[in-house]
Amino acid sequence: MTKGSYMSTRMHARVKNNIFDVLMLTRRNLKRYIRIPQLLVFSTVQPVMFLLLFNYVFGGAISISTGTGSYIEFLLPGILMQVALFGSTATSVGLADDLSKGMVDRFRSLPIARSSVLAGRTSADLIRNLFVVLLMVGVGTLLGFRFQGGFFHGVAALVLVLLFGYSFSWISATIGLTVRDPETVQVASFIWIFPLVFASGAFVPVQTMPSWLQDFAAHQPVTVTVDALRSLMLYGTTDYIGQALLWIAGILIVFILLAVRAYKRIT
Amino acid sequence: MDAITVNNVSKRFGDVRALRHVSLSIPEGKVYALLGPNGAGKTTLIKILTTLLAPDSGSVAVGGYDVVENPRQVRRIIGLAGQFAAIDDHLTGRENLEMVARLYHLSRRQARERARSILEQLDLAGAANRTGRTYSGGMRRRLDLGASFITSPRILFLDEPTTGLDPRGRAELWQVIRGLILEGTTLQLTTQNLEEAEELADRIAIIDHGQVIAEGTAAELKDRIGGSVLEFRIPSDGNLEKAMAATSDLFTGQAEADAAVMRISGAVDSTSQALKEVVRRLDREQIRIADIHLRRPTLNEVFLALTGKEAEE
Ligand SMILES: Nc1ncnc2c1ncn2[C@@H]1O[C@H](COP(=O)(O)OP(=O)(O)OP(=O)(O)O)[C@@H](O)[C@H]1O
Ligand SMILES: [Mg+2]
Repeated sequence: MTKGSYMSTRMHARVKNNIFDVLMLTRRNLKRYIRIPQLLVFSTVQPVMFLLLFNYVFGGAISISTGTGSYIEFLLPGILMQVALFGSTATSVGLADDLSKGMVDRFRSLPIARSSVLAGRTSADLIRNLFVVLLMVGVGTLLGFRFQGGFFHGVAALVLVLLFGYSFSWISATIGLTVRDPETVQVASFIWIFPLVFASGAFVPVQTMPSWLQDFAAHQPVTVTVDALRSLMLYGTTDYIGQALLWIAGILIVFILLAVRAYKRIT
Repeated sequence: MDAITVNNVSKRFGDVRALRHVSLSIPEGKVYALLGPNGAGKTTLIKILTTLLAPDSGSVAVGGYDVVENPRQVRRIIGLAGQFAAIDDHLTGRENLEMVARLYHLSRRQARERARSILEQLDLAGAANRTGRTYSGGMRRRLDLGASFITSPRILFLDEPTTGLDPRGRAELWQVIRGLILEGTTLQLTTQNLEEAEELADRIAIIDHGQVIAEGTAAELKDRIGGSVLEFRIPSDGNLEKAMAATSDLFTGQAEADAAVMRISGAVDSTSQALKEVVRRLDREQIRIADIHLRRPTLNEVFLALTGKEAEE
């Protein structure tokens, strides 16, 4: 065997091991979701409740100004964004919990790549988000939502919202590793998530907001991405997709670096 | 060959000098105890040895690999049970062990087999399918310990493995640790308990304020601190000063009188006839004895003998 092929075999084995480690840790995190009833309720019942409440409570008032057929068509993409963002906070709480219980030290003493703990965490939240997003689409369909842009554009929209949630999991990871105390992390997460979700075009058209708020709301990533979702889901067009993907890529690059750095700094 | 060499290691956290120029070497297959009070720097040293923390200066080799240059190689050959049991509350005992085994890249079958035998060995077989949340403190400790030696690592680190256990739990854990020693594992443990260090370790380092203040076998250290402590009490109507005057020259160091409980205690040479002599002299002075016995020195007394001051936090 030549030296080169030996090296590449080793590289190959290493990559395979890393993927295996991430899968093991993902599985561990997913098991926790199934076994902690509060988490299960938080991630399923709560968003369904939001969808029902928003649809029936605000639906009558808001449908006038949206211009689309019914509020549910406007609302569902927004709710999917909310689900993906709220779901991403689980990453910070989970990591802070693992830190405070010594699990992170246990993992750090094992012969696994440092990034695999973070990757296992964010992957688990991605998979959980997939289930919740599908659940919301199911409930939305019962309320009258239809993918008018066609099946493939609908699938593309779901992939986009999951990617968006995934990128936010890395912001969340950075916060969890920096703040560290599980309870504080919970509060800290909502301080930045709430304005992002509600001062956006997720639930109401941005034009209805005061002009100082519009400047922020119109340009922030949640609005851009929810507009891309609506374009795909309702019209089968690809407006705003490039901008949304740029945001996602930017967030991923910056916050993967920051999260890994914070992880390395743990003492 | 030495399994672990620590060369002039220092570490500070802000103003706290957690370790100051620590040097140690631990031979392959031996048991080494770090003995010290709260805040001495034990956990800091263990964290550096297990690649969780980088030293500010100095160098450390574990199994021949430098912990800073080659952390991944080090992690392959070590096991760690940290000061606070790190087990997943929402996985069962068996799942906890299997997960760690799989992360060491044991096959699924090997992992299952190892987990089963360790649960048996640690007397946790009956609780194997319960989640960690339902475990008692002692059970958590044992499970955590099990996770640390699931791959029979060459070098094992246990940070205060028996803290918080009742005497029976402690004795059982010692039994498990002795079994590991027989398998040839090099073991570094920390403890605040002199008896534990004596019981398990080939060599002991006493560490205080980040410095190693004494090092040697239990016998060597005992010689330095006078072997045993002789302690006696007299009835509450007795004359403590008179008792002290009659016996003080029999102690190797300064004897202590505690008037509140009418007690005198101090280190004595274990080979001497101190006990007999104290009884004879008190009898001659017609001082009655309420209670008299020889015992091992407490950590505090070791510190007193070695540093002239009490162990403090
Ligand atoms: N991450 C940290 N940040 C700041 N100070 C620290 C940190 N870790 C340890 N210290 C300080 O370093 C000193 C040594 O701590 P260490 O945990 O090593 O002691 P120890 O011997 O393990 O004590 P104990 O028996 O209480 O576990 C203490 O004064 C502690 O407060
Ligand atoms: Mg400690």
